[in-house]
Amino acid sequence: MIGIAGWGCHIPRFRIRTSEIARVWRKNGSDIANSLGVHEKAVADADEDAITLAVEAGKSALARAGCDPQSVGALFVGSESHPYAVKPSGTVVAEALGLSRKLFLADHEFACKAGTAALQNAYALAKAGEIQYGMAIGSDTAQGRPGDALEYTAASGAAAFVVGPNPIAAVEGMFSYTTDTSDFWRREGAHYPSHGHRFTGEPAYFAHVDAAARGLMEKLGLKAADVDLVVFHMPNAKFPIRAYKQFGFGKEKWEAGLVVVNVGNTYSGSSLLGLCGLLDVAKPGQRIMLVSYGSGAGSDAFSFMVTDKIEEVRARAPFVRDLVAKKEYVDYGTYVRLRNKLRR
Amino acid sequence: MVDVAVVGVGQTAFGELWEKSLRNLGVEAFTAALKDAGVDRAAVQALYVGNMAAGYMSSQEHLASLFADHCGLMPKPVVRCEAACASGSLALRQAWLSIKSGAYDIVAVLGAEKMTDVTASTAVAGLMAAGDAEWEGAIGLTFAGLYALMARAHMHAFGTTREQMALVSVNNHKNAMKNPYAQFHSAITVEDVLNAAPIAEPLGLLDCSPLSDGAACVILASDKVAKRFAKPVWVLGSGQGSASLGIAARASLTEMPSTHAAVADVWKQTGLHNKDVGILEVHDCFSINEIIALEDLGFCPKGAGGKFVENGGITISGEIPTNTAGGLKGIGHPVGASGVRQIIDVARQLRGDAVNQLNDVKRGLCLNVGGVGGTAIVHALGVERK
Amino acid sequence: MVAAKCSGCDKVTFPPRYACPACGGIDFKDETLGIGKMLSWTTIHASPEGFEAPYTVALIKYENGVVLPGLVVGDMARLEVGSTVKPVLRRLSENSGGLLIYGVKFEII
Repeated sequence: MIGIAGWGCHIPRFRIRTSEIARVWRKNGSDIANSLGVHEKAVADADEDAITLAVEAGKSALARAGCDPQSVGALFVGSESHPYAVKPSGTVVAEALGLSRKLFLADHEFACKAGTAALQNAYALAKAGEIQYGMAIGSDTAQGRPGDALEYTAASGAAAFVVGPNPIAAVEGMFSYTTDTSDFWRREGAHYPSHGHRFTGEPAYFAHVDAAARGLMEKLGLKAADVDLVVFHMPNAKFPIRAYKQFGFGKEKWEAGLVVVNVGNTYSGSSLLGLCGLLDVAKPGQRIMLVSYGSGAGSDAFSFMVTDKIEEVRARAPFVRDLVAKKEYVDYGTYVRLRNKLRR
Repeated sequence: MVDVAVVGVGQTAFGELWEKSLRNLGVEAFTAALKDAGVDRAAVQALYVGNMAAGYMSSQEHLASLFADHCGLMPKPVVRCEAACASGSLALRQAWLSIKSGAYDIVAVLGAEKMTDVTASTAVAGLMAAGDAEWEGAIGLTFAGLYALMARAHMHAFGTTREQMALVSVNNHKNAMKNPYAQFHSAITVEDVLNAAPIAEPLGLLDCSPLSDGAACVILASDKVAKRFAKPVWVLGSGQGSASLGIAARASLTEMPSTHAAVADVWKQTGLHNKDVGILEVHDCFSINEIIALEDLGFCPKGAGGKFVENGGITISGEIPTNTAGGLKGIGHPVGASGVRQIIDVARQLRGDAVNQLNDVKRGLCLNVGGVGGTAIVHALGVERK
Repeated sequence: MVAAKCSGCDKVTFPPRYACPACGGIDFKDETLGIGKMLSWTTIHASPEGFEAPYTVALIKYENGVVLPGLVVGDMARLEVGSTVKPVLRRLSENSGGLLIYGVKFEII
């Protein structure tokens, strides 16, 4: 059995409220917070980036996996805010985590689903017997254009997974759905992304999440009732909740994973951070379904079966809810200084 | 056994000397020292140069050749000595050793530094090279930051207060008022020091010696030749100690083992002790360092430096008049020049032509510290040869 | 954060040196540094190029005797001599060629 052997995440300390961003742009903060279902988002410090967040998340995942870092044979880091255009984030992360140098490694990019793409590939290498353990990390310090709708939700966070034998959650199956759909993009050298506004809804997020979820359930012969816990990509709270309702998933199945409400959209970390929230509470024997979404566009769907082992390792690293609670608010001026959005 | 005397002194004003380059400053001080000694440059057999950061601040290394050239000493030998802020007294010590070896009879010692051709943040970066570049410099731990860590430790261990540290700066500014060479001619109060802009907490702007340009030069002579000169001031002893480059490796954050070693060597060479010393020059790069120096040199018990200062021990009329010409804080601290300038100010006191002249002072002690105590050099000077 | 424990005299050194400063030995075992205590600290306002003030530097002391300097992050309201800290990876600086330098800072816990 191959699957998730350890999970971990990191959420930086600082938060900015939706109402504070709205204040600066002279909008109605409570209207926006209610419409998005997001009240505040996580903000990385000036000296944090996708690499540093990935390292902290990776430490937690290794702690839960309990394996020797030297036995990890692959590391894939997915992000849309890799610090370099050319030079992988993964190599710094690998050295910081003390992984072996006999390592398969390459960074991944597919907008918000770079982390799950990384997970697919780490899992595939482990399942093929090419490596004993692999690691996949989704990490971002995403930025929205000042004054743009996405500024309210673009947030920083990371989630890491060790895959290998003796899993706490075995991979039951995977399915991906991919099209060329231009809902959200950023050109090389551009500081902020562009998006297609309402086009990011039905033809993008919903079409792909739906197709991938259905494709996986069909492949594995599952009905909604067979899924105990579920997490979809969270660009805000509205989109995934609408999708959960469409499938008939009740609140008790996704509530623990809805981290977006007080953390924002952590992009490549989003669905994976949600998965960490679910694993923090999952019971042996439960089935977890995850469907990510990456603009451009595509969705990766996974089905996991939680094993008895989860109880043994759960407490070895911080829980998502504890990291969400550890916070310090900043104002908009501090936010733009920290995130380098001021022209100097 | 050869004895060595200071037979001429000269310096430039210290300050932000926009119109003067490193070579201008060096030549000016050298010329003034020759004039004071009453010798021609042809009599000088070798030159020792103390400078810390000419490479960084002026893109100029190879000071040996620069000053041989500009001081008109070619083809004589010139040696550049570097030990961060102790470069000046290192040059002096090396010159002293060269005369004691019998190799020379008349040697010049020049300390010079030009610090204002670069921005303040560049100068701060350059000064960090006095500490551990890899482990302190790499994390932005500035030179002021290193002394701030010692200050906080001293406050924590002994109850030393910011007010006591401030009194050091107040005293040095007061002493500098009449010094024509000093960078500052302004009296300051304890309030001024406490309210000054923070530099590295708990040190504020007025706890810190300034960035300065300047040069200072002495002419040293062997006893064989010294009798030709008017008022030789004898170098009774010279001691040098070393300690770890980085502050983290120290056993204590409140003392400098390099100072202990250097002064012990001087006491041993000279048979003197604290009570025999009538005037003191210490390295007040930061106010706390004067307090630490008083303790390390044995002028007061360990931890009692703050109280000693509070009780007026360092003033002109105090138990051990210290930095009577203004110290690094009042006069300025062109890094490589300070060690030589300290010697000059003690020599002036012993010759009787000092600003804030003391009555009947026979012997003086100078402490010049490199970095945060990685190097410490102590010289004892006296009116009498022994 | 890996310190070097001398196989000869058990002295732990960080940063690691070629030879043990206590006994001169050159054989070492790895010892990981985790949670330490603040020995002294300063907040720096006058910074060199490449560092934006204000920032806080501390000397961190470990039970095995290691003392090292480090930048401090986290809840600054709890900054004091004796505070407990743990190592975290952060960006330290960027060199003139645009290369990012990563290193360890200490988070107040």
